Amino acid sequence: MIFIKNLTKVYHSDSGDVKALDGVNLHIKKGEIFGVIGLSGAGKSTLLRCINMLERPTSGSVEIDGVEMTSLSPNELKEMRKKIGMIFQHFNLLNSRNVRSNVAFPLEIAGVDKKTINKKVEKLLELVGLSDKANSFPSQLSGGQKQRVGIARALANDPKVLLCDEATSALDPQTTLSILNLLKDINKKLGITIVLITHEMNVIKQICHSVAVIEQSRVVEQGSLLEIFSNPKTETAKNFLKSVTLSELPEELKERIRNLDHSHLEGRIVKIGFFGEVTAEPVISTIVKKFDVDANILYGNIDHIQDTPYGMLVVELRGKNGGAVSAIEYLKALGLKVEVLENV
Amino acid sequence: MSETISLLLLSSWQTIYMVLISVFIATAFGIPLGILLLITDKGHILQNGPLNKVLGTIVNIFRSVPFIILLIALIPFTRFLVGTSIGTTAAIVPLSIAAIPFMGRLTETSLREVGRGIIEAAQAMGASPFQIITKVLVPEALPSIVSGITITTINLVGYSTMAGVIGGGGLGDLAVRYGYQRFMPDIMLYTVIILVVMVQLTQMLGDFAVRQFSRNR
Ligand SMILES: Nc1ncnc2c1ncn2[C@@H]1O[C@H](COP(=O)(O)OP(=O)(O)O)[C@@H](O)[C@H]1O
Ligand SMILES: [Mg+2]
Repeated sequence: MIFIKNLTKVYHSDSGDVKALDGVNLHIKKGEIFGVIGLSGAGKSTLLRCINMLERPTSGSVEIDGVEMTSLSPNELKEMRKKIGMIFQHFNLLNSRNVRSNVAFPLEIAGVDKKTINKKVEKLLELVGLSDKANSFPSQLSGGQKQRVGIARALANDPKVLLCDEATSALDPQTTLSILNLLKDINKKLGITIVLITHEMNVIKQICHSVAVIEQSRVVEQGSLLEIFSNPKTETAKNFLKSVTLSELPEELKERIRNLDHSHLEGRIVKIGFFGEVTAEPVISTIVKKFDVDANILYGNIDHIQDTPYGMLVVELRGKNGGAVSAIEYLKALGLKVEVLENV
Repeated sequence: MSETISLLLLSSWQTIYMVLISVFIATAFGIPLGILLLITDKGHILQNGPLNKVLGTIVNIFRSVPFIILLIALIPFTRFLVGTSIGTTAAIVPLSIAAIPFMGRLTETSLREVGRGIIEAAQAMGASPFQIITKVLVPEALPSIVSGITITTINLVGYSTMAGVIGGGGLGDLAVRYGYQRFMPDIMLYTVIILVVMVQLTQMLGDFAVRQFSRNR
């Protein structure tokens, strides 16, 4: 669907040149929700804006549905842009127009007749749940409602691609969730390919199928959401994951573990990380029976990325005759991530 | 007394006539000029360095010449344009020429307040530069542009008091010729009162229009 090859963008400014993108390669598949995550200034917005040529790449290519974007004439580009919707962090609605005519705006631009526009606008407002606000002005809307207008507007010309530039970064967590759900819905219902950029792992976790991690103008890691979650390779990816996986133990737990009596035979404190179908809990009862160990659960958490459960348990295992050691081996063999905590 | 009244009426009418037509012309040319000044600027939708520089320089030159000098300097041009260089109609030419660059700068400033993001959103939808001007820039900046027209009108009321220099009449001329030269302080006082009322009314009307255009914003 979208092929980005060797994309480089250099900004020339009075204070010197800034290389905002450096040899970026991405493949975004049709119908997927593709997330790009990176810290502020990493080059995310530049990357997104190079997709619809709001920013001219310095070199490299951007191909959408077989069309090379960098070599389009101004008129061809205008036509192409009608098929690429975009939403923004600060919504960018027209303050002089009410909700209805904000949504009608791209249709007017495309020269659609009035009757068709009216019908289409009603449908779009229904889709984003704002039919009752059709005559309100942007100043009378909440942030979440403004973004819904932005989404309806972006969808007006039935785009194949929807670009989202930090679309939820100005919203509170609950509103963020509702907007993300709307995007997910749209992706499912309309089959639109969505490219979203964000600095929040939580956003990626909620809706993305694939992720690229961008760091200092380069894509340092990319893959499916589950790949990145289960096996992050770069420090940056790991850092982003920390905010959502709770892999750090709470301080008071560490204190408790330190104070536990380690002197008795074969005491082991293990951290069991799980991801996907093999969840830890049923496994615990298995090892208790099988290896005749006592398992004392000290701490645990569980969460879902989309439909996949993940989390971890901290368990104190006590056994005789090598039972604890065998139990640990057994857990490892099941594909769980097991870590023995000696000095926390 | 009735002579005073008819003098005041005639002069008021001359002022209104000069100002209204000049405002009309200044708006008709000044707004497009302001649009051009903005969109040809660096990084804008129709960036054009040389054109921007030329327009900017012309505007600055006209804005730095005192009106009283412009009034005289433009006499040949006025004669060429309206066939005579004296009279109320003739005064409209220098008034308009002074007000066009002023209106242009005010419009440019108004349009500049329209957020970059809004313009980009329109670009991302495939809007042409013309569509961006007519559907985004001007409607979004309309309240501010209207307030620019108000300021221009009030300025023109001031400028029009100098129209007597080329026989344009008006309230300023009346004040000088009767109030000052013939020493009739009552006429002087009346003209000042009428001018104050005109400016007040203009401002009120302008504010009302701005409020109308910025409802719900
Ligand atoms: N128009 C511009 N002119 C000059 N430098 C820019 C411009 N836009 C972005 N940059 C620079 O490019 C880098 C990447 O910016 P951006 O793509 O906005 O990052 P992000 O969206 O990840 O925060 C930053 O160093 C930024 O300062
Ligand atoms: Mg950004």
